[in-house]
Amino acid sequence: MSPAVSRVLRLNPIACDAHGVCAGLLPELVTLDPWGYPVIAPGPVPAELEEHARRAVASCPTLALRLERQAKG
Amino acid sequence: MTAVRSNGTAEQLPPGQLPRLVAPGAPLGLEAHLSRYGALPPWPAGPAGQAQLIASVERAGLTGRGGAAFPTARKMRAVAGTAARAGRGRRRGGAVLIANGAESEPASGKDAILLRQSPHLVLDGIALAAGAVGAADAYLCVDGADPGLAGRLLAAVAEREQAGLPGVAVRVVVVPEGYVTSEESALVNFLNGGPAVPLYVPPRPFERGVGGQATLVNNVETLAHIALIARYGPGWFAAVGTPAAPGSALVTVGGAVGRPGVYEIGLGLPASELIELAGGPSAPLRAILAGGYFGGWVPLPEAAAVPVSPPGLRSAGASFGAGVLIALPAACCGLAETARVLRYLAGQSARQCGPCTFGLPAIADALAHLAWRGRDERAADWLRSLLPLVDKRGACHFPDGAVALVASALRVFAGDLERHLSQGPCPDASRPAVLPVPRPPGGRR
Repeated sequence: MSPAVSRVLRLNPIACDAHGVCAGLLPELVTLDPWGYPVIAPGPVPAELEEHARRAVASCPTLALRLERQAKG
Repeated sequence: MTAVRSNGTAEQLPPGQLPRLVAPGAPLGLEAHLSRYGALPPWPAGPAGQAQLIASVERAGLTGRGGAAFPTARKMRAVAGTAARAGRGRRRGGAVLIANGAESEPASGKDAILLRQSPHLVLDGIALAAGAVGAADAYLCVDGADPGLAGRLLAAVAEREQAGLPGVAVRVVVVPEGYVTSEESALVNFLNGGPAVPLYVPPRPFERGVGGQATLVNNVETLAHIALIARYGPGWFAAVGTPAAPGSALVTVGGAVGRPGVYEIGLGLPASELIELAGGPSAPLRAILAGGYFGGWVPLPEAAAVPVSPPGLRSAGASFGAGVLIALPAACCGLAETARVLRYLAGQSARQCGPCTFGLPAIADALAHLAWRGRDERAADWLRSLLPLVDKRGACHFPDGAVALVASALRVFAGDLERHLSQGPCPDASRPAVLPVPRPPGGRR
């Protein structure tokens, strides 16, 4: 993990089925709207939460959540 | 076939003269079309010819007339670039052109008029734009509102082939009814054999569209402008309009005006002059809806001086959209008008993304409650809290447009809202609708 690369969470809203697993595993960055769909905090994922973000991504039952590289700049 | 073979010249259609795109009278057949506009300019052959046409479109300052007002040349260059790169790499080379004439905005009628009156201008634009981006295939997508249209367009395509005009194979496709079916990724989805609903992007159509090829999606009016820019040049195009918004555009004027209909204007015409062009107000007016159901309300008399152009309407808190302008009479409830549109839009969601599927009906319910019951502060708070929960949370921009419309209604009709909250619905809330809202055949979904 080069420190020059930050990562952002990106949701495919078509794939998302509001299981809510991401909000359970990553409450620091994901809250749920009134219908159970995730609202993701904007901006890069802080380094100390990256492991948790990875787990949330891996646990999404519909593979709707991704952790993507974002070049700094 | 004795088509006119002289090249088009600016004398043929004086630069300052309107209309450019839609001649009055009967629809133009190929011969009448060529005698009005002159012969098709040289085919953009090879990289140099292609770059030259794209550069002309760029110098003209043409922006997309389908709603997003994106610079057309930038889109063309992106497709041409992807197509050329993909051809060298492992991705499939080549490109596809989609001419978008599937006019799903209920308040808009300009694409239907253009395709009926000037089919060959659109087909010229298709041929030239396809050539410029290296597309071998083109699809002309239309809606089913005019059942004879697709057949007439096919006949026009055949007429051109017989006359030996250069071009690409054009397929005419009727797109299913619905507000989101003409969204560009929905067209790509449909042409790829899927349902006509938006896709999750990226990849965007210019990167990977029909058959995996780079795909240029242009509104039919945009293509018609390309046909004129290629003939007469960017200077001619910009002889009308403003430096910030050059050229002309087709607009649909509706509501309380003497002669509602489609007009061609130089961009930047003040809203009041457009209303005069459309016969003047047929009743005292209080506001204008600009940009259609993707746009926003602008109050009168402030709106009178607003330039009808993408930048002009954007700075007034609305949008140009596909060139829709509806005049709302004073004896009208802005909340009730907006509530009916929201009810319609909520039913038009493709129901793919949660916030749109659930949020738009919730917004429509809250707005209807305020419009026809009122006296409920909590409903107003709930409505305000819903807007950010829906905005920009879908795969496409459909929910964002609906949210922007409601936000503008809450701003422009703040006085109505106050009255509805303190005294209940105004008498005007029970008047017949001004904004056209089609009833879906099966009722509410």
